[in-house]
Amino acid sequence: MKQLTHLDRLEAESIHIMRETVAEADKPVMLYSIGKDSAVMLHLAKKAFYPAPLPFPLLHVDTTWKFRDMYALRDKVAAEPGIQLIVYKNPEAESRGINPFDHGSLHTDMWKTEGLKQALDKYAFDAAFGGARRDEEKSRAKERIFSFRDRNHRWDPKRQRPELWSLYNVRKNRGESIRVFPLSNWTELDVWQYILREKIEIVPLYFAAERPTVEREGLVLMVDDERMRLNDGEAVVSRKVRFRTLGCYPLSGAIDSEAVTVEDIVAEMLASTTSERQGRAIDRDAGAASMEKKKQEGYF
Amino acid sequence: MNAPADIRAWLVEQEHKELLRFITCGSVDDGKSTLIGRLLYETKQIFDDQLAALEADSKRHGTQGQKIDYALLVDGLSAEREQGITIDVAYRFFASEKRKFIVADTPGHEQYTRNMVTGASTADVAVLLVDARKGVLTQTRRHSYLAKLVGIRHLVVAVTKMDLVDYDQSAFDAVVADYRSFAEQIGIGDWIAIPVSGLNGDNVVRASEAMPWYSGPALLDHLDVVPLEASADAEKPFRMPVQWVNRPNQNFRGFAGRIASGAVSPGAEVRILPFGRVSRVDRVASADGDLDGAVAGQSITITLADEVDCSRGDVIVDAHDPPQSADQFEATIVWMAEDELLPGRGYWMKLGTQTVTATVQAPKYEVNVNTLEHLAAQTLGLNGIGVAEIATDRDIVFESYDDNKALGGFILIDKLTNATVACGMIHFALRRSLNIHRQHLDVSRETHAQLKGQRPAVLWFTGLSGAGKSTIANLVEKKLVARGRHTFLLDGDNVRHGLNRDLGFTEADRIENIRRVGEVARLMTDAGLIVLTAFISPFRAEREMVRKMLPEGEFIEVFVDTALEEAERRDEKGLYAKARAGELQNFTGIDSPYEAPEAPEIRIDTTQLTAEQAADAIVEELDKRR
Repeated sequence: MKQLTHLDRLEAESIHIMRETVAEADKPVMLYSIGKDSAVMLHLAKKAFYPAPLPFPLLHVDTTWKFRDMYALRDKVAAEPGIQLIVYKNPEAESRGINPFDHGSLHTDMWKTEGLKQALDKYAFDAAFGGARRDEEKSRAKERIFSFRDRNHRWDPKRQRPELWSLYNVRKNRGESIRVFPLSNWTELDVWQYILREKIEIVPLYFAAERPTVEREGLVLMVDDERMRLNDGEAVVSRKVRFRTLGCYPLSGAIDSEAVTVEDIVAEMLASTTSERQGRAIDRDAGAASMEKKKQEGYF
Repeated sequence: MNAPADIRAWLVEQEHKELLRFITCGSVDDGKSTLIGRLLYETKQIFDDQLAALEADSKRHGTQGQKIDYALLVDGLSAEREQGITIDVAYRFFASEKRKFIVADTPGHEQYTRNMVTGASTADVAVLLVDARKGVLTQTRRHSYLAKLVGIRHLVVAVTKMDLVDYDQSAFDAVVADYRSFAEQIGIGDWIAIPVSGLNGDNVVRASEAMPWYSGPALLDHLDVVPLEASADAEKPFRMPVQWVNRPNQNFRGFAGRIASGAVSPGAEVRILPFGRVSRVDRVASADGDLDGAVAGQSITITLADEVDCSRGDVIVDAHDPPQSADQFEATIVWMAEDELLPGRGYWMKLGTQTVTATVQAPKYEVNVNTLEHLAAQTLGLNGIGVAEIATDRDIVFESYDDNKALGGFILIDKLTNATVACGMIHFALRRSLNIHRQHLDVSRETHAQLKGQRPAVLWFTGLSGAGKSTIANLVEKKLVARGRHTFLLDGDNVRHGLNRDLGFTEADRIENIRRVGEVARLMTDAGLIVLTAFISPFRAEREMVRKMLPEGEFIEVFVDTALEEAERRDEKGLYAKARAGELQNFTGIDSPYEAPEAPEIRIDTTQLTAEQAADAIVEELDKRR
């Protein structure tokens, strides 16, 4: 008899979660951020509903500041048969020209947090899949797989529903919406192993290559297009780097690396001494509790 | 962490890791968070930046002086950090060479029974923490009982803080002796005790040099070899609750679900319950090509050889070894909500992929989780555990929880708030629901109705006190009788003084009042009558319960819509004045809610229509439904 490995079990659990959502929610959507976790989630969704096309659209909440490689992969995915992609940009952020150079944390707040809320409201999506994992961050470790948000998209950690066995209560009150995290129980290593096993295409930025970079406040940033502003004394240097996580390019720190295959990445990861979110400027705002605070405000 | 020399070989090895889930029980004082922090640290799950943050935190909030406080690693939310307690279930991940582990970390405080039950529901193993200085406490017994209740078969008693008793064997032996007698008493067979120090790491991942007298395995070594629950599930007969029907086009009709137990392969004879049709599995379809077979735990899509009826909520099972269907059960219930159980009220019950309406009887007894005594109980409050009978509004496919967790475990959902209010574990179906077929009557309800030349119905008038329900219902009955209809009016006067004389006005009693009225009304429709009822019936859930008792289309909800201010202004019986003065308790609209119908068959706005006009409108509507 077939012995299921831990990846088999994680896969089965994620598929189960997606099917429950589709069976019980009115209008689900999958948040697609183009990163490796999104790639895994999309792959799982295709498996879950095979041979049917995805029974929900993908939603990319765009900030207009992603890496060019990310937009390229996004457009390639959108062109696949059976995939419907919605791209949403917060019109206010767009008209005010909100950007990571002039507006600090307002950039993330308006483009991502507000943009997401607006998009969910506009299309009346009542359940949104997200690729967050519990191993990423302490407050995520306590969040349910089915996480309810009130009409203002706020999360209340004290009012979470108990989740027993694999019985998910998907019933929501008027105005409430649900964030669903099918990858809750995956770790970063699981994600990479699965990408390797299933040969999932990911953004090339995860692999090391010579890239134009500048060093700023301890982060190695990539100069991805002409909008990158250089401070006095900064020079663009070509470095062999890759990214552990991807977001807006002026906010994503790269690491020096020689890893050009998934195996190399895993080897580097095992030897690494810093966690994945460390390269993200977003968590540094308010110390240890910053992610929890952002989520109470409606961040995914 | 050091990268293995040959990463490819290492990754292949990793692919064959198993997954074990366990729960840790105990309070912060028992060194639980410290133990988990130590496991994460020793298995290299903690990175330098996290360690640096931890050192800073340790100095600010820590309880270990200048030492690193590992507990701070696992106390997640900032609210908790301030209070110094863990308030919810948190999940952690680490891996050994053999297995990947998911840890459900739950608090030990009594008020959080529900969190422990939640964490334990998916666990293969429970690790109970016992402080070597304090020995087996009430809390230890409670956790053991709860672990056994949710069907965890393997227990580990981790005797912590051995460093604080100088690694003394007699302290450990005393705990073991104590626990042994308790384990025998409640029937825990498979358990092991391990002396550990989370602070110093003794016997956590490697044998302790400080305790040469202990020859058993370290905690992690033991967790590496405990049998997995999933392996046992694979040996049982095939069951797959259908989650979703996959029908992209005319040529494909697949049934998607996760195998709860057993195995399946093309050609297997299956039965679709509760309907009972038999077919054969045609394909086990997957994006990677059809599979030769699949086992418990896998999420699959199968097609059947025949065009049989099958939808979400049905269960596809081994044709030769099917489970039972029934609509009445005995179950253990763990209550998880602030609002207590209301016996007789309809709750949503979700079991597998089946969702039905269920009512719970008053418990046979409640269990005192500290003494394990059985206590008499009328209801269950937050964290209450009791045994009760449950009735569902239709047959469901089930197995006893001991045999199959996926078909024996359920949750109850409040129909109004949609909160998960309880979980339960089915013991068995009640005999009367399994074996006794309802008395077959030669004179059917159709016969009764035909004899009277009418279609039976219940006109259910609902609205605030003083809205005009009785007045309008009386007029309607007169008009119907004038047209030769056979009717009967049930109202507070003829029911409260007789059948429901024993009921008061608490929420629970009001629910029972409506349930009885509903049952009487149903019997009267069986007799062919048109029944009119005039009760405030403030709760949507109870009105829906009555609707479900009756055949489709026979329940006609008449919402007598009068605003509270208007009803209070009329106050013909002077009741509102009394309620305002505090002389009447639980008065609807004043200190008890009225939940207006969302989609009544008939809505009467009494500010627009006179009672006469309203009655005419209702009779006219009833005529349309003949």
